Parts: sequence; C-alpha cells; structure tokens
Amino acid sequence: MFDSADMFRAFQPHRDKAIVLVTGTSGRDWREVSEDEGRDLSLQGAMGQTNTAALGFALAQPDEKVVLFDSEGALQMNMGVLGTVAGMKPKNFIHFLMDNECYATTGGQPVPNAGNINYAGMAKEAGYKKTFSFDNLEDFADSIEQIMKEEGPVFVAMKMIPKVENEPIGRRVRKPQRSRGETIKGIQAELGITVA
Amino acid sequence: MVQQQAALLKPESLVAEFKKNCVTHIVTIPDSETNYLYELMKEQDWLSVVPTSREGETFAIALGLIVGGKVPVCVIQNTGMMESGDSIRGMSIDAGFPLVMLIGYRGWTRHGVITDSAARYTETFLHAMGINYYLMETDDDASRISVAFEEAKATNKPVAVLVGDEYHGFNRM
Repeated sequence: MFDSADMFRAFQPHRDKAIVLVTGTSGRDWREVSEDEGRDLSLQGAMGQTNTAALGFALAQPDEKVVLFDSEGALQMNMGVLGTVAGMKPKNFIHFLMDNECYATTGGQPVPNAGNINYAGMAKEAGYKKTFSFDNLEDFADSIEQIMKEEGPVFVAMKMIPKVENEPIGRRVRKPQRSRGETIKGIQAELGITVA
Repeated sequence: MVQQQAALLKPESLVAEFKKNCVTHIVTIPDSETNYLYELMKEQDWLSVVPTSREGETFAIALGLIVGGKVPVCVIQNTGMMESGDSIRGMSIDAGFPLVMLIGYRGWTRHGVITDSAARYTETFLHAMGINYYLMETDDDASRISVAFEEAKATNKPVAVLVGDEYHGFNRM
C-alpha cells in the first residue's frame, strides 16, 4: 500500500492538460497537489456514480483527456460501469482506482471481500484496452508517464493506505473547496463549452 | 383491437422529436418492447446511443454529457427509474440542468385495472421526487416531448415523458 498524497504528487508532473475528477477519502489529497484547478472537475453527488458522470464528460469532449480517480467502495456500488465504459471505448479516458479496502469516511469498515478482489482483472475482462495494478509508490512512479500516453480506456488499480475518519461528521474539519457547480462553470469557461 | 392499432405511437415519431430538439445522445437500457426504437436510434448518424449496465448510470452519464455541452435523453423503464432514485436526486435534480427522461410505463393501461406494481408506483415516485411528467400514448402525443424540453430548459430540472404504449406500438409492425 502507498499514500494517496504521494501518489498524486507522482501523477501531477504527468498530468499535462488532463481534466481530473476525484472521489472518496483518498481523493481529498488531490486538492493540495493540483496545479491547475481550472481543469479539476467535481461531478460527485451520488455515491458510485461519479465514474459514469466522468464517462459522460469524456464522451462529450473526446479531444480532452479525462482522468478519474475512483474509489473501490464507490466502484463496488456500480460495478456495471466497467462494462459500460469498455463498451463505449473512450480513447481519452483513464480510470484510476484508489483501493484502501475500506469505507474510510465511516470509520474504516471493510468493503465486501476487502483485499481479495482483482479490480484490474475485472476491468481487463470487461474490455478495458489496458490495465495496471500497483501496490507500491516506486513502481507507480516509474510507470505513470507511460500510463498517461496509453490510449483509453485504461484502468489502473492502486492499493492505498486508508485514512480512516472516526470523528462524528459534525466535528470534522473540512478545508474550503469549490462546489460542484463552481467547478462545472470553471471547466465550461476553460474549454469554451456552452450548455445547449 | 382495430382502434388500438390505428392509434400507434411510432418510434419514428420519437426520433423525429429527438432531432427537432437537437438531441445528441440517448443514454439507455433497451428492453424488448422498445427494440425497434433502439434499432432506429442506432441508424441515425446524428445520434449516439450509450448503452448502460444499470439505469442509475444513465442520469450520471447524462450529467457528464450536459456539462460537456451535449443534449442527452435518458430512455429507461419505470422499474429502472425507481432503482435510480439517488442518482436522479444527486446527479439530476440537485445538479440543476435541464434533462428529459423517456420512461417506459410498464404495466400501465388506460382500460381496466392496473395490476403491475411497477405502474402503480410510477407516478407516486415522480410526485415524491418533484418531477413533472407528461403521458404519451399515440403519435398525437409525440409533441409532448418538445413540451418537456421547453419545460426542462425553463426550470433547469428533469422532466419525464411516460410512454404508455409500450406493449402495442413500439415494435416493428
């Protein structure tokens, strides 16, 4: 397992102009690392559906590379997305999975069959063009440049150290962040998109 | 029976409405009753069909498409709409973008007793979610799709069109 903040720091230099979406507890580390907030997009709103929303955006903007950092709890809620993505064959879509084997935000309870699911294997059999698995930062850092050059859909499973939260939600300190609507307006301005 | 066949809802009428409203993508799970509609949509070079694994996905994919500047329509059955409750809430209503959803009204009939619980709960579900809807039974009702688009754009909300002729006119005759 490796740290999600370290993983994002290894990814950032290879981001280029990619649109980046994140989910889950591990995804929060991206805010501190991103160097191009104007190309960060939040399409959260229903657990397990950010991945399909990211697919929709990738289909709408085929000339933009779309990078999603998904979580295994969310993916388990919507495993069918693997077939949906593979069926649409978006060349511009890279689907990272941050697998910390638990629901970190609710106290660290294990996801079903935690630690025993080969998510990259599932993606490969579903039809993703290329898949990768990493359980340490060194191998990930050595491979990320090549991963970002691959034609999609690409799936990258990564074992992440869980950052479990046990404080009641009302007592948790959250850093200010842009709302979903603000990121949408930002992306549309950045790419010159007019809502039809 | 003769009257019923004379008052068909033709898939061609729906596709014409989609074109009129500049629809770019149909996000859908096909079902046997709408198979010809699916085939017809696939034949249109101006329209992309996005098949999904679960109905809840359709609203999230639609959101991504809308944010990216496209005009999707979700085409699913009422059973799948009910399965999609949280996705409709979080990815459509709360997102505040216009969206038309075409819902196959399984089990609905204008005549006799409705015995299918899928039909009994459909309008109750839409009321609970605060989603306005229109019923479409024959070609004479097809323009209600345009009405739904106008309303969705004016309110920035999802609007449903219930297809109340699933079992009669949607297959190739």
